[in-house]
Amino acid sequence: MKKLAKQVIFYSVLLGIWALVAKLRVWPPYLFPPPWGVGRALWDGFADHSFWIGIAVTMKRMLIGYSLSVVLGMILGLAVSSNKFLEETLGGLLVSLQSLPSICWIPLAVLWFGLTEKAILFVVLMGSLLSVTIAMEDGRKQMPKIYGMAGRNLGASGFRLFWSVLLPASLPFIVNGMKQGWAFAWRSLIQAEMIFLSLGLGQLLMMGRDLSDMNQVMAVMILIIILGYAVDGLIFRTMERRLQEKYGLTPA
Amino acid sequence: MSTRPQNAYPSPVPVGPRSGVRASVLHGKPASSVATFPGHPVAEMVVPKVALDEISLSYKTTSGERLLALDKINLEVKPGEFLCIVGPSGCGKSTLLHLIAGLHPQTSGKVLVDGTPVNGPGTDRILIFQELGLFPWLTVGGNVEFGMKMKNVSKAEREEKVQYYLRLVHLSKFRESYIHQLSGGMRQRVALARALATEPDVLLMDEPFAALDAQTRDLLHDELERIWAETGRTIIFVTHNVREAVRLGDRVALLTFRPGRVKQEFSVNLPRPRHMEQPDVARTAGEILNCLRDEINKSLEAEYADEKAR
Repeated sequence: MKKLAKQVIFYSVLLGIWALVAKLRVWPPYLFPPPWGVGRALWDGFADHSFWIGIAVTMKRMLIGYSLSVVLGMILGLAVSSNKFLEETLGGLLVSLQSLPSICWIPLAVLWFGLTEKAILFVVLMGSLLSVTIAMEDGRKQMPKIYGMAGRNLGASGFRLFWSVLLPASLPFIVNGMKQGWAFAWRSLIQAEMIFLSLGLGQLLMMGRDLSDMNQVMAVMILIIILGYAVDGLIFRTMERRLQEKYGLTPA
Repeated sequence: MSTRPQNAYPSPVPVGPRSGVRASVLHGKPASSVATFPGHPVAEMVVPKVALDEISLSYKTTSGERLLALDKINLEVKPGEFLCIVGPSGCGKSTLLHLIAGLHPQTSGKVLVDGTPVNGPGTDRILIFQELGLFPWLTVGGNVEFGMKMKNVSKAEREEKVQYYLRLVHLSKFRESYIHQLSGGMRQRVALARALATEPDVLLMDEPFAALDAQTRDLLHDELERIWAETGRTIIFVTHNVREAVRLGDRVALLTFRPGRVKQEFSVNLPRPRHMEQPDVARTAGEILNCLRDEINKSLEAEYADEKAR
């Protein structure tokens, strides 16, 4: 609870400074919106359903793109980590491709798919697929060899060895990869939406820009932060903590 | 050694000076150490439970040279026998167990179980690893059950056996615990129960008690001896601790340092139950240790040489 109190005080002070600077009119309100303006924009956005629609559209894309990249990334990661040839060839390519910001795929995506939903999904996929793949590959390599040996020793082989031993043994690494993949997918999606302008939170943000409505811009930014943090901080951290406790990775 | 009257006290009997001589020399004599332990079947079989036939292993080091780790190992273990293998660190004794377990292929030679060559792992030989390899995502019960699940044993039978083996190692109360919640000694017993639950003929143990404190280790020696007597398993036990080997083994095989060869075998004819602190255990261990000393020195020299090279 002490931590919560500190956080409440911190955010109150932050909000206070923001309100003070806005009230003193150091910058005009259309450049530096006051907290109450942003609050009203948030309220209005939800009241006229535009934010609800934006969130729904964005989350739907996220779910589809992210699920695709997790499934494909796991298969790819497994393939690369269990085959020496693939590791030495494809593995290097994947690592080098990851240095490419996902937004760089947009020109290609538009050419190939047009200004469609598919193009957005493609950008999301390219943004998170590689990080899932690489995390998966690392996980397989970092997993202590003893578990595989113990499993074979006790009579497990083939698919059952994978399902009952190798998979659970690498679960902490998989969750870590999924978490990273989520963060990358989230960033890629918002970026793509800002450019494609087809509903979603990214578009709402750009709409605010076009109307010079800094209240709306900040309101959407706050929404993006809250949504991103909610999934990352609540879902993935909780999953990680539970796993770590169960696996004895941290003192329980 | 021959100047000493043979019957004054039980003493180790060296069999064969170097690797070429087989342990089967022993088989002509009554296995008195086995017979002195009540309730244990006397093994008078012709076919050894496990036989190592000219086992060699070599591998390429990172610097590219070929290293001979094991050199023509010949060993035979009778059904129900407790064989201890001692040697300096780096002599390949752990590797030898991995070969018997079928987790690693040998370069040449054969591993025979009941006279039949084996390839790959099998639940007739279960290895308890030095680092145990218990599954942290399963409960104690889940770990013990694992091997039976892989063998497609029915749920009712699994349930019964989990209970039986957990009771055998005194861990019934901890069935639902996870591994990280247990102490080192308890983890050892889980590993033992997990191995026993698959009902292997041969139990391979790789320095299982090396990381434990002396009290826990003594306790587990007693328990292992009791379980061995109750279940009649054949045990091959690797350790660097000669006194532990004498405490537990019917027979002690001594490996040389790089390449690993069987330097000598000693049968331990001390009555059971034994204790680590017993004078005749210490005396027997001392004699084996004399023989081992050269090998330990070689191992140390090699280690120091490595350090100088760096």
